[in-house]
Formats: sequence, C-alpha cells, structure tokens
Amino acid sequence: METVLFLSHADAGKPALETLAAAKALGGTLVVGLFGADVQAFANEIAGCRATKILGVAGADFAQARYASDAAAAEALVKASKATIVVAPATSRMNRIVSGVAHRCGGRADTHVTGLAGGNITRWYYRQRMESQQSRTHRPWFIALDPGCHAAYAGAPGTATVEAVSVVLPAMKTQVTGVKAPESSQQTIRPDAKVLLVAGAGWTKKQPDGQTHVPEAADLIMGFLNATKASLGSSKSLVDLSGEGQAVLPFMSHLNQIGQTGSTPRHAKGLSTCCHGEEPHAVGWRFIGERRAINLDANCGWARGKADVLYVADAFAVMRKVNELLASQ
Amino acid sequence: MSYQIVVCGSIVPDPLQTLEPVAGPALKNEMMLPSVLDPWAWHSLFEAAHLAKNVAGSKVYLVSVAPKAKLQQVMMTVGQKAPFELIAVDGPASGFTDAAEIAPLLADAIKSIPGLDQSKLLVFGGWESASRGAGSTMQIVGELLGIVNQFQGVDKLTVGADGSFEILERIEGGKHQVSKCAGAPAVLGWATGSLPEPPNNPQIGMQNMRAIMPALQKAKPTKVATDAVKFASVALPKQQRQTKIVKDMPADEIAKEIVAWIQE
Repeated sequence: METVLFLSHADAGKPALETLAAAKALGGTLVVGLFGADVQAFANEIAGCRATKILGVAGADFAQARYASDAAAAEALVKASKATIVVAPATSRMNRIVSGVAHRCGGRADTHVTGLAGGNITRWYYRQRMESQQSRTHRPWFIALDPGCHAAYAGAPGTATVEAVSVVLPAMKTQVTGVKAPESSQQTIRPDAKVLLVAGAGWTKKQPDGQTHVPEAADLIMGFLNATKASLGSSKSLVDLSGEGQAVLPFMSHLNQIGQTGSTPRHAKGLSTCCHGEEPHAVGWRFIGERRAINLDANCGWARGKADVLYVADAFAVMRKVNELLASQ
Repeated sequence: MSYQIVVCGSIVPDPLQTLEPVAGPALKNEMMLPSVLDPWAWHSLFEAAHLAKNVAGSKVYLVSVAPKAKLQQVMMTVGQKAPFELIAVDGPASGFTDAAEIAPLLADAIKSIPGLDQSKLLVFGGWESASRGAGSTMQIVGELLGIVNQFQGVDKLTVGADGSFEILERIEGGKHQVSKCAGAPAVLGWATGSLPEPPNNPQIGMQNMRAIMPALQKAKPTKVATDAVKFASVALPKQQRQTKIVKDMPADEIAKEIVAWIQE
C-alpha cells in the first residue's frame, strides 16, 4: 500500500485544499506535511481529512518563500513520513523546490500535473500541445498538481495534533524582502476571474483613419477590466512591443503574456480582441471554457475552429459599446 | 568581483511548427523539424551576456545537451547574438526525456569547466523548457552542484556594489517576490527577463564560431535511460470547435451579445 504525503506550505490556500482532496482520492495511507511560520491554523482547517498523522515544520525561519529553508523543511517532512507518493500544490513556492527535494530524497518528480486517476497522471508537453497519461514505478514519486484541476477538500475543521519535525538549516544567504505588485489600478492579472480578455497587437496598429489610437485602446481595455473584474492576457507580439520601448499599453508586461512563452490560464470564459496567431487562440486558450473572438479578418484561421463565436467587427467600436452597456447597468 | 555565468539551454522545435506525437513517445519527423534555442534559455542567455558586459572580467558559458547536428544549426543563429563559450553534450533534446536524466549531464559539464570557481558561479537557464515544461532541471542541477540559493521565474537581477544581488521572481497574481542574496553561487531559472533580443552581430558571430565548431566536435555522445516514465498515451487534444462566424452585425448588437454572455 502506498503512503501518500500531502505536502504544502501552510498558507497555500485553495490550491492546497484541491491537492489535499486529490491526495485523499489516491487511497493508501494519508500523511499531511506542512511547513511555514505557523502550521496549526491550517492543520485545524483540515483536521477532518483522516490523515494518520500531521507533521509540521514551523517557525520564523520558514515564513519566507525561500529555496534553502523550504527545501530543508520539505525534505525533513518527506523523510519523516516515509512517503512513497508525495502530492504538492503547484504554487510558485512549491514549484521552486519540488524537484530539488525529490532529488534529495532519491525520488523523481512530475510537475504541472493536471489530473490524477487510476495510477496515472495527466500532464502536457510542448507547451500544452500534447497531453500525456503516464506513471512511474520509481518511489518516492513527487507530483505537483496545478491549481484548478481538482475539487477542493471541504471537510469540517477541528483541532489537529501536529507532530513537530526538526530541521537543520544551512547558512541562509537569501532574505525575502517583499513583494512587488502593480498599483491596484493597474492590477490586470486575476487568476480567479471568470473572464479572460486577450488583447492582441491589433490594438496598437493604424486604424481606418490612418492613425494609431493607443491611449483609447488602453482606456477601452482598462474600462472593460474594471467593469467586469476580468483578467488580462496578451499575445506575445503585443508585449514584445512593450519590451522594445514603443509607446504601447502602459499596464501590459510579459506577465500578461499567454501562449508558447507565456501562461496558459484557467478561466470559464475568454474573449480575444485584435489577436492574430496561434499563441493566444490555441496554446493560450487551452484551458479556457467558452471562447469568443472579435477580429476584422473573417478568415482568421487561428480563431476559426478555436473560438465558439467569431465576431467580424472593429474591436474599438464593439468594446466602446460594451463598456457603455456595462457602465449603464 | 567577476562572474562565471553558465547558461543551461537546449533546443526545441520552432514554435510555429506543427507537432505530432508518435510511438516512443517522440515527435514525428523530430530530426527534420527546424529548431530554436529554448525560449526561456534564450532570454537567460541575453541576461547573462548583459551582466557579463557590465561586470568586468565575467564570462558566459552555454552548456547544452542536444543532438550535435541540430545544435550546430541552432548555433548559427544563437552565435550571432552574444559572446559565449559553448560546452556541448551530444544527447537527447526530447521533452519526453526525464529531467532527472538530463540534469546530471549538465552538472557534469559545468563541473568540467577549467578554473570553475563556486564563489563566482551563477547558473542561468529557463525556469521551464518549452518541451518538457517541468521546471525541474535547474533545481536538480543546483542540487548536484550543492547550490541552495535558487530562484525560479526570474524577471530581474540587480547586482550591488558589494556583490550581493536583488532578484525579482514571478509569483501568483502578476506579482514579483523580491529577494536579496548575499552573493554567488546561485541558480536562476529565468522567465522572460526584461531585455529585448539583441540584434545580430557578425563580429560576435565570427568570434563565437571559431570556438563553437571545435566544441561541437568534442561533444561526447551520451545515452540516457528512457524507461523512468511509463507513457500510457500521448495525444493531441481534440479541441476543434464549430466556430459561428458573425458578420455584418452592428457593434451595439454585438456588444449586447457579449455583455449578456459574460454575465451568464
């Protein structure tokens, strides 16, 4: 029988609850391993998960999301649990360490896993171009499950008994000094949003009057985002324009990029505007549920077959009207 | 203070190519597909060259595990962009090869650099590849080299006068975590960074090619285990949609449809 360790930092939130549910569904003996500044609160939240034990590494040294201390904590938890399968949420903090820890523990890791069932995992290769069902016989087997791929654990909270695990830390040469976020008015990436608006380079091109209208494009896009609380994605060509120093959409950065060298976000709905090319429509939309596109080119081969509805229209005119409607409600 | 900046990067099929899996698994006509340097490794190479240019005495190495013949083609382009010394390992570049098999090859190649000094060592690479997309290789390379200052999804590195550096790493929600590291050695898995692609420089190209060809000739052939992962299936997604094309509809009608749709 497998010993399944659910391994997470204690402040991972919903992705941790999703991963815990996936770990439980694997069967076997469930052990929980948590690390962070304080692990008791989260241990209490999941006290009803029927783990045979809850192991914890807690203290100020583990408050920071830092490779040296996180990897040491995770290594100690894995070794203490004697796990054969380790399941972790694919947060940025866990993604930073999971393969390194697997190496330390003599294990192998599979990351960006999107499904776990019947002894196989599902993950994608070549930037979401092809999907694989695969497994390993090697143990311990580390699995990092992407957020949004499993229903979250929803058991009753309780009072958990956490068994403390000691860790010997190496010399710390790294200190996390803070988080840099865009101003709230410029915050355009919202992973939990229902809708993803994808903006393409067409927004910055010359319009029928022979002029570019970048400031208006920026206002229309931000107006839509503010009214709907949608998340903003971008084609590579648009963010590359920003990197080349051209005066383009001021809130756009590489972090918005979706597709081959960007992200593949998960949202219920996606609306692409002024996009021409595979990246936004094929790869970047891989995990978007319902999809619509606004495009002047009726023959855009990238939108056809990828979007549910293609509006052949001027995105400036349509989005202006959309924002007016939203404002009037 | 100077740095030995080692960039780890392999090759991937040109993103514009149609890819199809075949038994193995492998890509159909894999050796015939035009290749490019992995996109995130590509960014990290620019960042490495930029850093080396600004810190006197620094040098950039590019360590690559890839089929020698394909790597040679890719180097014709890459060699025009930035000065570096190539250390080539003749091995697989397939996304289906386990990262745990590739990382030791890279680590051994790094260890073989004459005069390698850990106190000056910065190991760069992409935070993920465009083939496997696992984000595993750099972590394992760091572990094999005994480096516990590791950063993934790096977009910016700022070196201080005292040799310390500030790193911006991507985290959730479009934010960056800011860290301060006392100094080398460190592993940095780069995201897109902040530098545009440098223009081709024929002088750099000539200088690089003089060393690239011998490095390719010296590349040792390696074999890696291919049975670590049991692939039950690898398939293209079936996501062809029946797209409804809406033409000649006034903008305000389209807007009404869209608003109703997003509010469903």
